[in-house]
Amino acid sequence: MTVNRAPLRERPELLKMSHIEKTFRGDVVALKDMNLTVNQGDFISLLGPSGCGKSTALRLVAGLMRPTNGVIEWSGGQGEGDLGVVFQEPTLMPWAKVKDNVWLPYRLRGKSYFEVKDEVLQALKLVGLEQFQNAYPRELSGGMKMRVAIARAMVTKPRLILMDEPFAALDEISRHKLNNDLLALRDAVGCTVIFVTHSVFESVFLSDRIVVMAARPGRVIRELNVEAPYPRTEEFRTSADYAAFAREASDALHQAMEVAV
Amino acid sequence: MSRENSQMIEDKSVDIEEENIARKERLFAIARWTLPSLMMVLFIGGWQAYVTIAQVPHYILPSPLLIAKTLVEDWSLLWPAMLMTGRLTVLALLFAVIGGLVIAVSFTQSKLVEMAMFPYAVILQVTPVVAIAPLLQVYVDNAFVAALLCAWIVAFFPILSNTTIGLKSTDHNLEDLFTIYGATRWQRLRYLSAPSALPYFLGGLKIAGGLALIGAVVAEFVIGRAGTGLGLASTLLEASYRFNFGRLYAALILISVMGVAIFGLMSLISHLCLYRWHESALKRE
Repeated sequence: MTVNRAPLRERPELLKMSHIEKTFRGDVVALKDMNLTVNQGDFISLLGPSGCGKSTALRLVAGLMRPTNGVIEWSGGQGEGDLGVVFQEPTLMPWAKVKDNVWLPYRLRGKSYFEVKDEVLQALKLVGLEQFQNAYPRELSGGMKMRVAIARAMVTKPRLILMDEPFAALDEISRHKLNNDLLALRDAVGCTVIFVTHSVFESVFLSDRIVVMAARPGRVIRELNVEAPYPRTEEFRTSADYAAFAREASDALHQAMEVAV
Repeated sequence: MSRENSQMIEDKSVDIEEENIARKERLFAIARWTLPSLMMVLFIGGWQAYVTIAQVPHYILPSPLLIAKTLVEDWSLLWPAMLMTGRLTVLALLFAVIGGLVIAVSFTQSKLVEMAMFPYAVILQVTPVVAIAPLLQVYVDNAFVAALLCAWIVAFFPILSNTTIGLKSTDHNLEDLFTIYGATRWQRLRYLSAPSALPYFLGGLKIAGGLALIGAVVAEFVIGRAGTGLGLASTLLEASYRFNFGRLYAALILISVMGVAIFGLMSLISHLCLYRWHESALKRE
């Protein structure tokens, strides 16, 4: 399987953050002069210690808060259903069946279930849970709940998916499996991803761009490209390339911690 | 090695611990119904024996047999009274649900409304209803409305306070998700706040059901026959004036039965609404 994705430097621009600054309660600087251009097809990881503003950056892009200074521009403007989000918790509605949870983004746009039934079932099929469409969240394992959350984020075929440490609470086996599946999904859907993590290995395995951030004040200190081809499989996880990228990212992260302390 | 051998010898086809747990569960399943029944038989038997042996006069403590007899003989009087009290209770509960929900929703839709109103809802609740009831009788011309108001005041607060807490205890990430997907205020209430509040509301409903009955009884005591006609509580009061203790106890028992029935009904409603998804309905394995 070959993946149709333009080389890193030739991708059209999707979203641009320019000179973003966010200050809380007048004096806590969560983000300082952040510049980031997200291109179509990018898988970007925001990597950094806690307090470096990576979640704040995500919330700004999601439109959940406004920057104190600076602008975030979508090329061609942001349309309905352009954005999907996955949080650290699965964040499912416990009273709703799996299929109704996945229906939610459409439901809030006034679409009846029957109008979008195919899309909902397709999304569930992509995450391998179509036989659980009538189950309630409490009947699912942690990993399965996260898959439902991913299906919900992808159901509208958004241009951009934001993921805030989605697999941090999972065990390592589930986490590796979900990492593999996420890459396959992203190929199937063809969306752009911004992925917040504090795991060097996860960021190297998943992304083609890693943005390393430092804390106090939150800022970008390094950007590095992981120029390894997709699809990435279990072999990549144990390859020399992978180790080299991990080393590079790890050094950058250490640098981020040092400047922070 | 020898330890392993001894373990192998002791190993039986059925796990002893599991067997013990299963036996305990069977025992509990039987005891759940037989123990309370046994308690009741002992209690009533003891009561009957005491009244008979000590020759207690019936105007001090009627025997269970006399009460049972009165229940049958006075049924033509007690049944309409029960309907009367039942009607007052059900109407009070119905209005408590409507009022509690409307006020709770308005509280959560506007912080300012909540700030302005909440202290007065509390004052209404903490002031004993027995103290308000005579006033209601004075100010409200229609005695039935006065009795209804009296029962409503007692019943609505648990619905209001529980629902308000429930509406506010939505998952913050779900709130964010609704914001990202551009949900309207109505959609947020309908699809997020209301289902989140449902378990809290149902908890309040259980309490309010019992309180509506208490409110109805108090209203009958204070406002009397003028308001409700002859309800169970008025019957009880009249029977006590006439030293008709058989009827008094019969009315008392019927009030208890109503209370149990209301509680059972509310528990059933709660179970039906929640058993599919809520943690409270989850059996641990």
